[in-house]
Amino acid sequence: MTHPMIEMRQVAKAFGSNEVLRGVDLEVAKGSSLVIIGGSGTGKSVALKCVLGLIEPDTGEIRVDGKPVGQGDRDAFLARFGMLFQGAALFDSLPVWQNVAFRLLRGSLARPRDEAREIAIEKLRRVGLKADVADRLPAELSGGMQKRVGLARAIAADPEIIFFDEPTTGLDPIMSGVINDLIREIVVEMGATAMTITHDMTSVRAIADNVAMLHGGKIRWTGPVAEMDQSSDPYVEQFISGSAEGPIEAVR
Amino acid sequence: MNPMSALGMIGRTSLGRLAALGRITRFAASTFSHMLRPPFYPREFANALLQVGWLSLPVVALTAIFTGGALALQIYAGGARFNAEAVVPQIVAIGMVRELGPVLVGLMIAARVTSSIAAEIATMKVTEQIDALVTLSTNPMKYLVAPRVLAALITVPVLVGVGDIIGIMGGYVVATETLDFNAAAYLKNTVDFLELRDIVSSLVKGAAFGTIAALMGCYYGMQSGRGAQGVGRATKGSVEAAAVLILAANFVLTGVFFSL
Repeated sequence: MTHPMIEMRQVAKAFGSNEVLRGVDLEVAKGSSLVIIGGSGTGKSVALKCVLGLIEPDTGEIRVDGKPVGQGDRDAFLARFGMLFQGAALFDSLPVWQNVAFRLLRGSLARPRDEAREIAIEKLRRVGLKADVADRLPAELSGGMQKRVGLARAIAADPEIIFFDEPTTGLDPIMSGVINDLIREIVVEMGATAMTITHDMTSVRAIADNVAMLHGGKIRWTGPVAEMDQSSDPYVEQFISGSAEGPIEAVR
Repeated sequence: MNPMSALGMIGRTSLGRLAALGRITRFAASTFSHMLRPPFYPREFANALLQVGWLSLPVVALTAIFTGGALALQIYAGGARFNAEAVVPQIVAIGMVRELGPVLVGLMIAARVTSSIAAEIATMKVTEQIDALVTLSTNPMKYLVAPRVLAALITVPVLVGVGDIIGIMGGYVVATETLDFNAAAYLKNTVDFLELRDIVSSLVKGAAFGTIAALMGCYYGMQSGRGAQGVGRATKGSVEAAAVLILAANFVLTGVFFSL
């Protein structure tokens, strides 16, 4: 029997008196793309960071490829992941190519500098950026270009699992479309398992195989993206329609 | 105020301070342990040497030369009250090497380096660059903290040594150009009066102050809260903590070197 690539069981996490996750159950099948939707502050990023081990859950269990997170070699575990952060999180002091090739310049995946640079330039091309961007600093790039560099960095070491945290936030609709298409193409092309969190319903339809809605610290609804519009869940309906009327309070 | 609630407040404040001291001690122990265990990041270390050491030289030199000059003028004026003007070379030397050199260099490093490290690391934290480092299989303690603290541990004693020499030269220039001291006699008195213990204490203080300055910058940066306010608080807190700890460490080290 095949096990899911990512499995969360009754995961709970509180920050002081603020219970962000209250027993999240979630599965992501190998090679599939799951998008988590939900309002701001509902714990989507916390759930993602729990899987990566950046935040330790208070209770519950998280398994990646059948193995509990936090056991075994941490470097080998992290080498399986790529992540695109909300603000790209590029290292200001390093030129673009060194950002992209960061993992290839040090640690267990280290390669000769020239080879790492070549791979970085190839990955930059893959996300639609020219080679002349390679020697620029992140601060010299637009928001959309920074997101693409972040995407190139996430895929630089050909990870098995890729996380996308709000990949289109702050971008214009055209650039959002470009990023969504790139994410979909890359995930399909690499056969990677993807987990994305977003508020952007256009992104959801472009990226997702499956959708999960997080609300009140729990998964309210989960299912294939094709069934999302037919969901009878009032929370999902309100989120899709963007209406201020419904069970989700507009002022939180 | 109710005496019991006042007592409770004192207790909570004391416990809070002790807990913070414990966290800083654990952070320092973790930093030293990461300094000794691979992987090492030589590029980061070289960059830290440049930032902490080389680029701090101008401000250290200017601080030292003005302090040495002012010290010579003060000792001459003060000494004249009891006909002891001749002690200017000796007191400038001992004052610069034992106290003013290390303390002023330490405080200038706290102002320049601690603030810069705290602001840089805090900004990296609020923009998720620290999380990005972790996801790229890089331990921030090894990549960001250990190289900066090691660079400060090595370069600040050198800066203190340079500051001591420039400060003495500041006193020399003022004494020989405006107070009619004989140049050769001034230098001979300076060299004869200084002991090895003075120089060793100066360099040891430099190493301690450099370590404190870099550690506080890294600690407050890593503990930073969210947003611009978080970065501002981290920067302010790091400089305050570094300055106070440098002065406290100076008192302790002076006691160790000269009261025993």
